[in-house]
Amino acid sequence: MALNKKKNNKQKEKPAANHPKVNRESEKNKKTKTEKALTFITWASIFLTWYIITKLGIFTPTLLPGPARVWMAFLRILENGYNGVPLWLHLGASFKRLFVALFFAIFTAVPLGLLSGYFDKVEAVIDSVVEFYRPLPPLAYYTLLVLWFGIDDTSKQILLFLAGFAPIYIACVSAVRKLNQDFVLSARSLGAAQKDVFFKIVLPASLPEIFTGIRTAFGVAYTTLVSSEMVAATSGIGWMVLDASNFLKSDVIFVGIIIMGITGVIIDAGLRFLERKIIFWKGHV
Amino acid sequence: MSAQTNKESLIKIENMSLEYGESINSTLALKNINLEINKGEFICVLGPSGCGKSSLLKCIAGYVKPTSGRVLMQGKEVDGPDWHRGVVFQSPTLYPWMTVNENVEFGPKMRDLPKTEIKEIREFFLDEVNLSGFGENYTFELSGGMKQRVAIARVLANYPQVVLMDEPFGALDALTRENMQNLIRNIWKENNTTIFFITHDVDEALLLANRAVVMSKQPGEIIKIFNVDFTNQIFEKGSKEVIYNEDYFEVKNEIMDIIHSQID
Ligand SMILES: Nc1ncnc2c1ncn2[C@@H]1O[C@H](COP(=O)(O)OP(=O)(O)O)[C@@H](O)[C@H]1O
Ligand SMILES: [Mg+2]
Repeated sequence: MALNKKKNNKQKEKPAANHPKVNRESEKNKKTKTEKALTFITWASIFLTWYIITKLGIFTPTLLPGPARVWMAFLRILENGYNGVPLWLHLGASFKRLFVALFFAIFTAVPLGLLSGYFDKVEAVIDSVVEFYRPLPPLAYYTLLVLWFGIDDTSKQILLFLAGFAPIYIACVSAVRKLNQDFVLSARSLGAAQKDVFFKIVLPASLPEIFTGIRTAFGVAYTTLVSSEMVAATSGIGWMVLDASNFLKSDVIFVGIIIMGITGVIIDAGLRFLERKIIFWKGHV
Repeated sequence: MSAQTNKESLIKIENMSLEYGESINSTLALKNINLEINKGEFICVLGPSGCGKSSLLKCIAGYVKPTSGRVLMQGKEVDGPDWHRGVVFQSPTLYPWMTVNENVEFGPKMRDLPKTEIKEIREFFLDEVNLSGFGENYTFELSGGMKQRVAIARVLANYPQVVLMDEPFGALDALTRENMQNLIRNIWKENNTTIFFITHDVDEALLLANRAVVMSKQPGEIIKIFNVDFTNQIFEKGSKEVIYNEDYFEVKNEIMDIIHSQID
């Protein structure tokens, strides 16, 4: 029978123009009004408690500076820098270490993790090494890295790379393990070769877990970064806090800690934003 | 009708058995299956649940290797999945990171067809399943029936020699299911497709098949094959009133009796 001979009596669906679009962004992250208010109240109480304690004079201002003092210190650092180095240079030094390390961690851990999940032989090579060093506190081998690579950025970047590699790698292995096998089978039945299955099916299907891994890696690397800067560094936001504590400048310590907290939240928010844009289909698998 | 006149053999299953697992914990899923699928046929497979229908489909698709016996396609032994045997799963395995268009184009793209041809094929089969205009949507924006239609279009876009379907309408509501049955019958008629269709619904099998294969409980064996013609009658008359005639009841009751004798 002719291929394009059509029957006229088919009922057609309405075209997409009249079709209600669903929101392509995941709605799980949207908070309700009450939840937002609760978060706000929590922070207001924290600040209030802080203010009251300093007003009552339980601790000396050297030990616990009040909000006003911290704010003044922040403005001072913003204007004059710390130790003659502008604030943005300290932050820049920290973030350069963080981003360089995570860039390399992502571009090695994702392919190696996916391959490990895919081929048992690759896993046999890599997995035990990752399992061995993952539970070690990064600072335990940081001293070695400093001895080998010096006190500069290289040792820190390698440290952060190792810290960030493990969570991404593990997330990728588990993503492939959990992969809906029917995705792979249907692709094979549609003519996809191994390579196509890997890049067109396994990789995109694993993206949600990869992103979770990257977010975890950022968290781990960020804490590791600050600690490593406190152990050995001459710049960076972590070093600033350590140096301030040597001179009992507790207002600067507060400024440093608050900046670290806020930048951490901002980075995670940025990653979540990217995640919503790239994996708009999350939750629909 | 073309389906009746030329009996060109496409798939031949010879003395096939399938056992899952090792020695003590093994399950014999299929026992001594012999079946020939001819070009242009619409074969429906019926049987109690757990009897090995899906296992039979997986052997034909090349997803699992039979323990003994073999599956031949045009004289060559089936060795792994390939695009000549398209598969529609019970729950559509559409890729949510691709639009409807990209899903339907997936097969032709994998086979490196020229761009213009890919586009023509995609338009043709989206029209075939009444989904023109939905190409830019993502698959999670569609209803269950529409998703299954995209899955069918995606498989047809490769012009496979045979389409294997595992209870494709099982998860749909009754009304959608009936529309889908008419749709697949029309596609089969218009494109002279060969279809191997698993269902647990006797009516569905009789409304679609020109051969209905009834299987025993596990380990699955073929008990009886019925040659039926209701699908052609429905196609010509445009309504499914045949289900009210005596022949239909006779066949249906016989199949029901066989299946009931297998449960308990
Ligand atoms: N991967 C598997 N491993 C072990 N046993 C299986 C597997 N798949 C199916 N079986 C068993 O084989 C038998 C037939 O299953 P299946 O082909 O899914 O039947 P149906 O599709 O007719 O319901 C069942 O007893 C089932 O438990
Ligand atoms: Mg089944």
